[in-house]
Amino acid sequence: MAEPLLSLRGVKTNIGRYHILHGVAFDVAEGGLTMLLGRNGAGKTTTLRTIMGLWRAAEGEIRFAGRDIAKMDTPDIARLGIAYVPESMAIFADLTVQENLILAARSGPIDQKRLDWIFSRFEALKRFWNLPAGHLSGGQKQMLAVARAIIEPRRLLLIDEPTKGLAPAIIAHMIAAFRELKDGEATLLVVEQNFAFARQLGDAVAVMDDGRVAHTGGMAAFAADAGLQQHLLGMGMDTHQ
Amino acid sequence: MKRDYLPLLLIPVLAAASFPLVGSWSSWVTLSVAGLAMGLMIFIMASGLTLTFGLMDVLNFGHGAFIAVGAFVAASVMLALGAWMGADSLWLNLAAIGLAVLAAMAVSGALGLAFERVIVRPVYGQHLKQILVTTGGLIVAEQLLKVVWGPDQITLTRPAALRGAILLGDVAIEKYRLLAMAIGLAVFAALALTLARTRIGLLIRAGVENGEMVESLGYRIRRLFVGVFVVGSALAGLGGAMWGLYQETVTAAIGAQVIVLVFIVIIIGGLGSVGGCFVGALLVGLTANYIGFLAPKVALGSNILLMALILLWRPQGLYPVAKR
Repeated sequence: MAEPLLSLRGVKTNIGRYHILHGVAFDVAEGGLTMLLGRNGAGKTTTLRTIMGLWRAAEGEIRFAGRDIAKMDTPDIARLGIAYVPESMAIFADLTVQENLILAARSGPIDQKRLDWIFSRFEALKRFWNLPAGHLSGGQKQMLAVARAIIEPRRLLLIDEPTKGLAPAIIAHMIAAFRELKDGEATLLVVEQNFAFARQLGDAVAVMDDGRVAHTGGMAAFAADAGLQQHLLGMGMDTHQ
Repeated sequence: MKRDYLPLLLIPVLAAASFPLVGSWSSWVTLSVAGLAMGLMIFIMASGLTLTFGLMDVLNFGHGAFIAVGAFVAASVMLALGAWMGADSLWLNLAAIGLAVLAAMAVSGALGLAFERVIVRPVYGQHLKQILVTTGGLIVAEQLLKVVWGPDQITLTRPAALRGAILLGDVAIEKYRLLAMAIGLAVFAALALTLARTRIGLLIRAGVENGEMVESLGYRIRRLFVGVFVVGSALAGLGGAMWGLYQETVTAAIGAQVIVLVFIVIIIGGLGSVGGCFVGALLVGLTANYIGFLAPKVALGSNILLMALILLWRPQGLYPVAKR
């Protein structure tokens, strides 16, 4: 069996005196899309931030492509080919769309072919190329946040609630873009509350509960098991959009 | 692109409103030039401080130490180059000032590097400790200045070519103020171009907004911050050198005296905003000069009043930086 691209074992994270993660363990296989699901407060965002080094794991091992990254600084983790899209999007509001993407293209000038592909998926970014990003709508900001993560090839994308507050038409574009990404070079780990989106895109699933991973497996099997969904999420995937 | 020009309009509005109060055209022009020159010198000193606050949330009350050190180093160089300073050649005068300013920037920049390593780095993210420790650093620096340069004030004489005023009809404009304005505008243009047109500038602007995201993109914001801190300290040294020559005296308390105005300027402008700092500095310089002429007894408090009025209008300053 191939070694997973990302592997967490016994990861514990504290924020101040609060213990948020209590020994998270799961794998992300290379080349697919793993959905990280769970109730509010289960520790999904903390898990992504811990992988990214934004919060330091107090214990445990985080291995990416065979290297332990648990003690590495965030810029070093990013340079290994991991991109992060936070729930808040964290676009640079005073910078134009163009400037946001110039900064994200760390290794040099933006590749025009890749940019054209991004424009084909997120047309608004082309239209507002020279507009300060703070003037974009919520959906456009989300497009920019995702575009920033994919402006250069990355091995792993960590994306926190990409569909939050988005119109269905934009979600459709997002689904198409993620599908192309996972069919191409990237591996994705996505936190999502929109179960319809999760079910359409996910190859694998890890479900968190109270700072631990309570279930891992294939998305198709999980989507078919209403009892398990009810047990872990408190509702079925069919009842929530 | 939508730009906010309203704060910028305050400068001509303030100048126009003061004109009927001052009454005389020549006095008004002299005061306006003096105000702009003073404002630009304060801008030079304040620009680095506003960026370091914006980038790393560091409240550096020790910034006055770089101003004072710059003033003392420049004074020493100018005194050592007394022959050039006293010569009748404008070029020799400017060369002496140029060397003095370069030395002031180099020493203040180096001091800034040491200050960041020893004093600021251990207190990242702890505002109360930052205030206490950096204020302590300022006090220690003042005492060290007295140890090195002695407790007495140093009297500086401006070089012959920069003494006196240029007469334009009835209007007298001090030559040194024109030089101060030219240097202030050059510093502003250089900063504005760097921030707008270079990758480092983009990184600084992005870092001021959201340092965590800049790190997530693979950039080391700490290194960026140290660079900005050193440049900001060097600019404070430049400002201190110019301020010393403007006042024609240098004392160990020069930094502590000016730092109040510097803080007013960066608060008015919006913490982290270089453009806001520029507009704020010009407003402070103009207000100090107009009020100093019209009502000298309230001149001391005029800038505090200006700050209060601006914060009532825009609580985050004239150009608030979008923070995550």
